Amino acid sequence: MAELINQAIVEALGAKFGDKVIGVNEPYGLLTFETTKDVIIEVLKFLKDSGENDVTGFNFLTDITAVHYPEKKHGIAVVYHLHNMVKKVRVRIKVFIDEHNPVIPTATSIWNGANWMERETYDLFGVKFEGHPDLRRILNMDELGVHPMLKQYPLEDPNRVDKKDEYFGR
Amino acid sequence: MNHNQPVYTDNDPQSELVTLNLGPTHPATHGVFQNVLQMDGERIVSGVSTIGYIHRAFEKIAEHRPFYQITPLTDRLNYCSSPINNMGWHMTVEKLLNIQMPKRVDYLRVIIMELARISDHIICNTIIGQDTGATTTFLYLFQFREHIYEIYEEICGARLTTNIGRIGGFERDFNAIAFAKINKFLKEFPVALREFENLLNRNRIFIDRTSGVACVTAEQALDYSWTGPLLRATGVDYDVRVSEPYSSYEDFDFEVPVGTAGDIYDRYLVRNEEMWQSVRLIEQALEKLKKEPAGIFHADVPEFYLPAKEEVYNNMEALIYHFKIVMGEIDAPKAEVYHAVEGGNGELGFYLINDGGRTPYRLHFRRPSFINYQMFAPMSKGMLLSDAIINMSSMNIIAGELDA
Repeated sequence: MAELINQAIVEALGAKFGDKVIGVNEPYGLLTFETTKDVIIEVLKFLKDSGENDVTGFNFLTDITAVHYPEKKHGIAVVYHLHNMVKKVRVRIKVFIDEHNPVIPTATSIWNGANWMERETYDLFGVKFEGHPDLRRILNMDELGVHPMLKQYPLEDPNRVDKKDEYFGR
Repeated sequence: MNHNQPVYTDNDPQSELVTLNLGPTHPATHGVFQNVLQMDGERIVSGVSTIGYIHRAFEKIAEHRPFYQITPLTDRLNYCSSPINNMGWHMTVEKLLNIQMPKRVDYLRVIIMELARISDHIICNTIIGQDTGATTTFLYLFQFREHIYEIYEEICGARLTTNIGRIGGFERDFNAIAFAKINKFLKEFPVALREFENLLNRNRIFIDRTSGVACVTAEQALDYSWTGPLLRATGVDYDVRVSEPYSSYEDFDFEVPVGTAGDIYDRYLVRNEEMWQSVRLIEQALEKLKKEPAGIFHADVPEFYLPAKEEVYNNMEALIYHFKIVMGEIDAPKAEVYHAVEGGNGELGFYLINDGGRTPYRLHFRRPSFINYQMFAPMSKGMLLSDAIINMSSMNIIAGELDA
């Protein structure tokens, strides 16, 4: 059932956004795809409204977060989890953005709940959500100066050797 | 230093607004967080919430620890119902590793998670009573949290930060004393809960203070991504246990209570009814356990399940697995997984990305308290301070989960 719905969602997205929707995957049955920051708001709106088609209707924003991949060209992935509570289907959307200029439009125009989720993502990763009404740090102090979830900031003393992989043959 | 003070833009020199700091250490804030309120007399004109006082970098620490060593971090998130956090994390890893659990373990998990839910709801509902002046109800029902702690203690040795499970099951089986204590709890708790309801449900003062106060519509709740009893009080029957059953919840017969008005009274009623449903679930789980072969408390996955110490000392295989597991050498697939459970406050989600290393590449925790709480300041506008305090009680914000 879920596979059929996922397939239909991918077809609807493909018809609307063409090659802006890429990297479609279904890890553990959860439809995952990538898109670009110039259409992300349209994609979210399209998924939220069930208007023309009967497969979307993802009216619930479960979560917004980010992942830092320093080895990738576009090093920060902003990840959205949406949920269609009626059909019991979830979808995950990723947008890869440049880690040196991490800017993406805000989703607060679609859901008010995105406000703190985006503030948290800004605080931890430095992602700037354009158009956000109140983009300030939320968990850390204002003077912190860094965005601590980026991979370049080690958690512990880098001189410790008891946790280095090379000492364990890895 | 910018303390995120709200800027009140009214330039009227006659205005006599008072800035009131509700928190960070105020008995009515239920934890360490601050609300800077602009007050016109007793009425709140505007407010800004400041959080992060106990932020412990859960996600950052998790990136530096093997799967097993993340368990004690999860206990400290929602410490009022820590077993649910434990189980949620273990189930996420089990989903990643494709571990199928024996039914008996699933039922044991249902018992412990429902006890945790009752414990969480006891705190919330008795404190709503306390904040409306009904201290008796608080003291009366609160002793049953103590009974639940004793059950935890029997199962894992700890009371608050329980560390109760393992990837693949439990560290040990429930002993006879634990079952006896659960049975005693099931016998005594409904009587007390009924009396608690008799004291509050039709109490004139309680109804006046809660009914029609802080109403939220279903649209607003969904817009702010609310889940759990807060969302259900607005009439949306979304419960992860029913929507995406885990741990054999599909085998159980229970109802999802919903409210109609979305006010504080409805939130209170929804939580009370959920406690009744939890009692039902535990009774059913105990019945189902009788049909399962005794003594099974973990799945047969020696490469993932941490062996007992006795085994480690006497069995070479167990020693090797123990070493590999503790050192984080589990062969987990490179994948990403999202798993949600129904916590005391709503949808507890774990988003785990594994790249084949010793530790998660990224672990994100969807915290219902964090997401629910952001509506507090907007919805407090125009409210009386005393109503806002009860509203905060009804939102059941747990600081450990809020800040993570």
